[in-house]
Amino acid sequence: MTVLLEARGVNVVYEPVRGVRIWSVRDVDLTLEQGEFVGLVGESGCGKSTLAFALTRMLRPPARLDGGAIKFDGVDIATVEGEALRRQRRNGFALVLQSGMNALNPVRTVEHHLGDVLKAHARKGERFSAGAVRRRGAELIDMVRLPESVLYRFPHELSGGMRQRVSIALALSLQPRFIVFDEPTTALDVIVQGAVMQTIKDLQRDQGFTAMLISHDLGVVLEATDRVVVMYAGRIVEGQPSKALLRGAHHPYTEALLGCYADPRADEVRLGEISGALPDLSLPNTGCPFEPRCRLAEAVCAEQMPPLSPLGEGTAACHVRAREVGATVEMRSVG
Amino acid sequence: MRYRYVRRKVVLFVITLWAALTLNFLLPRLMPGSPVDAALGKLAAAGVTITNAERTAIEMQLGVPHGSLITQYWQYLTGIAHFNFGVSYSFPNETVAQAIGSAAPWTLVLVGSTTIFAFIIGTLLGVYAGWRRGKAADSVITVGATFFAGFPPFWLGLLALYWLSFKLGWFPIKGGYSPGVTPSLSLSFLADAFDHSILPALALAITSLSGWVFGMRNNMINTLGEDYVTFAEANGLRTRTVALLYAARNALLPNVTAFGLSLGAVVGGAVLVEGVFGYPGLGNLLYIAVSNHDYPLMQALFLVITVSMLVAIFIVDLLYVRLDPRVGQ
Repeated sequence: MTVLLEARGVNVVYEPVRGVRIWSVRDVDLTLEQGEFVGLVGESGCGKSTLAFALTRMLRPPARLDGGAIKFDGVDIATVEGEALRRQRRNGFALVLQSGMNALNPVRTVEHHLGDVLKAHARKGERFSAGAVRRRGAELIDMVRLPESVLYRFPHELSGGMRQRVSIALALSLQPRFIVFDEPTTALDVIVQGAVMQTIKDLQRDQGFTAMLISHDLGVVLEATDRVVVMYAGRIVEGQPSKALLRGAHHPYTEALLGCYADPRADEVRLGEISGALPDLSLPNTGCPFEPRCRLAEAVCAEQMPPLSPLGEGTAACHVRAREVGATVEMRSVG
Repeated sequence: MRYRYVRRKVVLFVITLWAALTLNFLLPRLMPGSPVDAALGKLAAAGVTITNAERTAIEMQLGVPHGSLITQYWQYLTGIAHFNFGVSYSFPNETVAQAIGSAAPWTLVLVGSTTIFAFIIGTLLGVYAGWRRGKAADSVITVGATFFAGFPPFWLGLLALYWLSFKLGWFPIKGGYSPGVTPSLSLSFLADAFDHSILPALALAITSLSGWVFGMRNNMINTLGEDYVTFAEANGLRTRTVALLYAARNALLPNVTAFGLSLGAVVGGAVLVEGVFGYPGLGNLLYIAVSNHDYPLMQALFLVITVSMLVAIFIVDLLYVRLDPRVGQ
């Protein structure tokens, strides 16, 4: 496996003209391998989308990258700007937005949208005639399982699921090697959601691009992805292979998150919840950010930031769990 | 579907037009007093005794209607159909239609072209300021627009007249063309008329520019927050494509409605500015009509203003189907 994207020490700060500064992504290290399908989960406000925008260089004021390096295919993309950054997007990284409903320009047809992207990334000497746009458009629209007639429609003439598929086709038209899907199915009903997710999974497998799926629906993520990364208060607190996570989590936050989902077929539906709220993101962390809400919290948790260390088949950042595992290892070596 | 939308708009236009014409007929008849009483009152105040024959003569001269309201209404409608609005008191040798006909081109050209000019320049400045929001260019444009928005156009006209025409002698003082010249379509006359139109046009354009700048800048900033702009950037579209075809194209839609309304208002003329410059347009004509109690002229002018407003709104409605595919579904 070759590394495609490597982020080190990424911090994102929101700096409003008036008001307090908020660090919503903190010291994030993340490595994505070629062709990997990674899920990014966490409750609202934990920095999932902000991290995705930072990785695809879509942060806009008042948000800005505050230190950290992002290497995409060996090139540091954290410092590229303007036209060079725009060129990086071809065969580079793409983003499919949370609310695909509004991701399309209401006064342009689907064909116009595709033509705009194709023309913007035409290579030197390459020209896209109306016929060429139509042929490539038909190909892309077929890839996302839509009939060709959709090409000639305006966004308001399409359903939510169709619009999200068009967004995916637009992202695919750049032949990117990395696509971030930021809650691609949140605005859709369950049945359409399942169909769109299936298309995303198939495309990822066939095209072989690296994908990151952001969602607060752990069920969808566990089913689709190879690996799950859990964020809390701007930090990555756990990363495990999806199959391993199904058997049990290591970080108490991930455990609590798993407890928040109920089986709709169960006789008695009991939804778990996590008491308390996210910590104030304008303050620096002294200890573990989850400590005030954690049922396992000890004295050390409030004083020291737990490092992300190997735990289970992946990594987790928890003092208590790291010690428990350490103890077992010691006992074994003594015995 | 488009056809149904257009048909609905045509029906709506016909109904509002009829309502406007009827109101224009009814309102003067509901008002207390009559032009005849006003004229006789003036004579009586001067100590003149009026005989019945004289009264009838004045009534005849003013064309006071007789008969039931229904027959009057019918006469009124057939009069409009033949562009017969009666005789003007202020211009004894002209019919109302002639007076309006000779003033209309001046206003249509002066106020019409400045409205279009102000809309285009103001919109472009607004697009640029919105796109560069928070940057130096935005501050310069916004502060400049705020400064000029504060000027009443007639006052700016007076200032320009005093300094540029009276003190420096760069521009003519008064009128739409030089005295002693007969209006024609010759090149020398058009050049003379253009010379006379520069100051009033500037006074109107500079003060109305601000509204378009603010409107467009605000629309731009709202549109720039839309997901389709973010998504277009994420897809690596060229900056110019995103700014013009994605942001400005959508931000323009509300401004087009406002533009239609201001085009409709062109016919009303710019009463004060035309007054300041003694410009021979409809605004000046309306001022003359009001100050001379010239009821036929006033009524005809109000009618022309109302109808052109309705026509402008109707045209914008039809244009909108082309501009916004969501309309007419």
